[in-house]
Amino acid sequence: MARVHFSAGLRELTGGQAEVDVEGSTVRRIVAELDEMFPGIGERLSEASSVAIDGEIFTDAELEPVEENAEVHFLDIFQGG
Amino acid sequence: MAITEENPGYKWVGTRPIRPDGLEKVTGKARFGADLALPGMLHGKVVRSPHAHAEIVSIDTSAAEAMPGVKAVITGADFPDLAANGAHAGDIDVATNTIARDKVLYEGHVVAAVAAITREQAEAAAKAVEITYEVLPHVLTVDEAMADGAPLLHDGMITKGVDPAPEDPSNIASKILHERGDLDQGFGEADSVVEREFTTKPVHQGYIEPHAAVADANSDGRANLWCSSQGHFQMRAYTATVLGVSPGNIKVTAAEIGGGFGGKTVIYLEPLAVRLSQRAGRPVKLVMDRDEVFRATGPTSGTRIKVKMGATKDGKMTAAEVWMAYEAGAYAGSPVGAAGMTAIACYDIPNFVVEGYDVVCNKPRVAAYRAPGAPMAAFAVESVVDELARNLEIDPIDIRLANAAVEGTQASYGPKFPRIGFVETLEAIKDHPNYSEELGPNQGRGVSAGFWFNAGMMSSATVHINENGTATVVTGSPDIGGSRQSMALMAAEELGIPYESIKPVVADTETVGFNDVTGGSRVTLATGAAVVDACRLVVEDLRSRAAKTWDVELDQVEWVEGQAQHIDGAQPPLSLGDLAKKSGRTGGPISANASLNSRGVGAGFSTQLCDVEVDPETGVTRVIRYLTAQDAGRAISPDYVEGQMQGGVVQGIGWALNEEYIHDTDGVMENPSFLDYRIPVASDLPMIDCSIVEVPNPAHPYGVRGVGEVGIVPPMAAVGNAINDAVDVRMTELPMSPIKVLEAITDQSD
Amino acid sequence: MSRTHISAVINGDETEFLTEDGTSLLNALRDEVGLTGAKEGCGTGDCGSCSVLIDDRVTCACLVFAPEADGATIVTVEGLATSGELHPLQQCFLEGAALQCGICTPGFLMAAKALLDRNPDPTETEIRYALAGNLCRCTGYDKIIRAVQEAAREIREK
Repeated sequence: MARVHFSAGLRELTGGQAEVDVEGSTVRRIVAELDEMFPGIGERLSEASSVAIDGEIFTDAELEPVEENAEVHFLDIFQGG
Repeated sequence: MAITEENPGYKWVGTRPIRPDGLEKVTGKARFGADLALPGMLHGKVVRSPHAHAEIVSIDTSAAEAMPGVKAVITGADFPDLAANGAHAGDIDVATNTIARDKVLYEGHVVAAVAAITREQAEAAAKAVEITYEVLPHVLTVDEAMADGAPLLHDGMITKGVDPAPEDPSNIASKILHERGDLDQGFGEADSVVEREFTTKPVHQGYIEPHAAVADANSDGRANLWCSSQGHFQMRAYTATVLGVSPGNIKVTAAEIGGGFGGKTVIYLEPLAVRLSQRAGRPVKLVMDRDEVFRATGPTSGTRIKVKMGATKDGKMTAAEVWMAYEAGAYAGSPVGAAGMTAIACYDIPNFVVEGYDVVCNKPRVAAYRAPGAPMAAFAVESVVDELARNLEIDPIDIRLANAAVEGTQASYGPKFPRIGFVETLEAIKDHPNYSEELGPNQGRGVSAGFWFNAGMMSSATVHINENGTATVVTGSPDIGGSRQSMALMAAEELGIPYESIKPVVADTETVGFNDVTGGSRVTLATGAAVVDACRLVVEDLRSRAAKTWDVELDQVEWVEGQAQHIDGAQPPLSLGDLAKKSGRTGGPISANASLNSRGVGAGFSTQLCDVEVDPETGVTRVIRYLTAQDAGRAISPDYVEGQMQGGVVQGIGWALNEEYIHDTDGVMENPSFLDYRIPVASDLPMIDCSIVEVPNPAHPYGVRGVGEVGIVPPMAAVGNAINDAVDVRMTELPMSPIKVLEAITDQSD
Repeated sequence: MSRTHISAVINGDETEFLTEDGTSLLNALRDEVGLTGAKEGCGTGDCGSCSVLIDDRVTCACLVFAPEADGATIVTVEGLATSGELHPLQQCFLEGAALQCGICTPGFLMAAKALLDRNPDPTETEIRYALAGNLCRCTGYDKIIRAVQEAAREIREK
């Protein structure tokens, strides 16, 4: 199980829930799992393309492995200069 | 230099040789965007809207087409209608920003373009394009755009991020929100609470080289494009999207780039040049003049930001409430998202709400500018932190140390920080002699800090070993501030050959794998990691060839200082040159590619110390001393790390004291020149002292974090806090121009 | 439109070219003479990227009409190195990392040369004011000022 945290901006899609434990060995599987729990969140998460796994930020991390007990945060898109 | 971990004895990394592309740049040989000329080349000119907001009623190009030397005239109708084709909203915005269809959204918005034999003919023809507008009411600021009943830029804009979604359209593209803990409780625990409201104006990246593109289209639908940009793969993608063609049909060659700072990550001229070239059947060059650069490119957002923060008497921050609205210009996409994530990211604050709005208005579409979004938020937050420290009589470094984010801190934007070097930058400032330098009358000292994520993203590199044992290192990341040098230094370290034996090359879109833009402070980190990976593959290959040559197992061979050595010394070493000379006999050319989506981005922090002298008679502020301490992770190329640090600071000083977009009531920019939009000049400034802090990023082979951006985050508050220290006025509006400082001094003494 | 015939000594060479009356010297140098070292950053004399020496005076080539250059002696960045040897300013800019993107470098080199030609031992303040007509957005000027100081020292010691 990984623990997924939602920013306040995403909680409108989770019925206000701030975090949830999800089974899934990759980011893609976790997103699929979340989309079943909270229909529609999958599309939003694939738009918000950054994800932090145990503090390490990835862009487009669909196939990135997620370890047991990992802490996962989905982040708003930001652009560098 | 404060080095917090031992240098592992690198031979090349961390040295200061002459940059590989330096000679061309001091002799005038380097070819920038506007320097290319092709046989038969035409000159183009863009026709721009004089109105901030208007319907395009009609365009008549017949007079222009009939003028001498004119070979092509194009309008929005010459491009595919992406909206009708069901394209992604972001792509439609890129396309309509490149050339308007039904409506112009800002003064300077492109409406048409012409190509003619001479520049003068093109200029004359551009004036002859007849456009009839129906002028619409406009909005210029977040306040105007967010007001009830404000004229709408986009009829269908429903604010995202609000639950339930609003029924009516507005100019608010989206809302962001971050919250933790309990604000009331947090403010209740505070011994001092400071609440302030700040405004900042749009400012331009101010690169000295105007945008330029040369296109040469063939009748088979393929085209060659040369342009000055921060990422020619990105230019290819955008150009293909706007033209509705396959990216594979467009070859883009990166010219040398004369500054970008984020403003050359987007397209303006490229699709127009290609379409003009297709219509004319000849190469076409488009170059902006400075006036066009100001009116139609960049800038970054003007903002309004409210900050309320509380701290206990021992300096512990208990709560922060931040509200911000960022101008996006004509299309959704201000950097308010990053602003929301960075605003209080330096500190571990248990209770906070950070709320932000992305607001469209009738100004040019904002483009990325060095740590996009972070500097304005930091101006507000770091000014309030300074005031808290004053109220509580705590040293400004100490209050930051008491709350500083460290490894394991849950960042305000979500995840826990890995190893970071914020504390080390604070200590570097405190330990520096500037911190205790005596100040004279009307002089003051200000501290400020900043955070930026840095980016990773995608990069590719190819390393070729030449027949004499030298190496060519090919990447697709335009070199904007010396990155060829950092690529060569890392390759020299990996291959064990002299830096001078390595030729770093920025290749076109058909010669190297995909590279994301040179932006986000990412090139030394990500493209550097691709170079390191490719070098390691080459070394692996070299060891294997040596093992075969000696008829031993691979594990009997090590690569040491540019040569294969047998671990027991049973064979005389084989140098890279030896192996390269015989490559045909041992398996063919020696070459390797590496492509990656970067892992292990390392966050950047900067703390800065500014001393100013304010003339109380005129309100003129002069920066008299400046120190910047920044965690580079590892400074591969210290000369150019310092260059990034110093350059970021000085852009910030300009933002603090001089720079602003000024529009008249019709929404027409009044200061579109370097005379009236005044960026800092040499005589405005002191030397910028640098303290490179090195807390290596554990996830990068050389500990790189990225250094390009965070340096521009702290300066505005550092200057403002110093002004406050000097003359006891709290400046809350940028720029802190003489008139505003003088008013503040006068108001205070009234 | 009739074109005017111009003769000038450019980087030591007798040079002839044709130009229209309204063409700037900068455009003539870049388009007609083929010297693209001088850059256009603004076209209004505010940025100094097109600085060249006209009869030993540093001038923004964008502010001069090409016909005004008739009979003049012009030095551009391409003429700064002599017989393959870099000018001390060029060498010091390289060694001191006094450039990042490099677009302003030709102008800075020419303005700095004009300064050192008339004042071989300038103070930091004198250098800063002499170069105040040249904009650099990358470096914050620090390393440029130091490179000019170093070049001045080397020239004096020669």
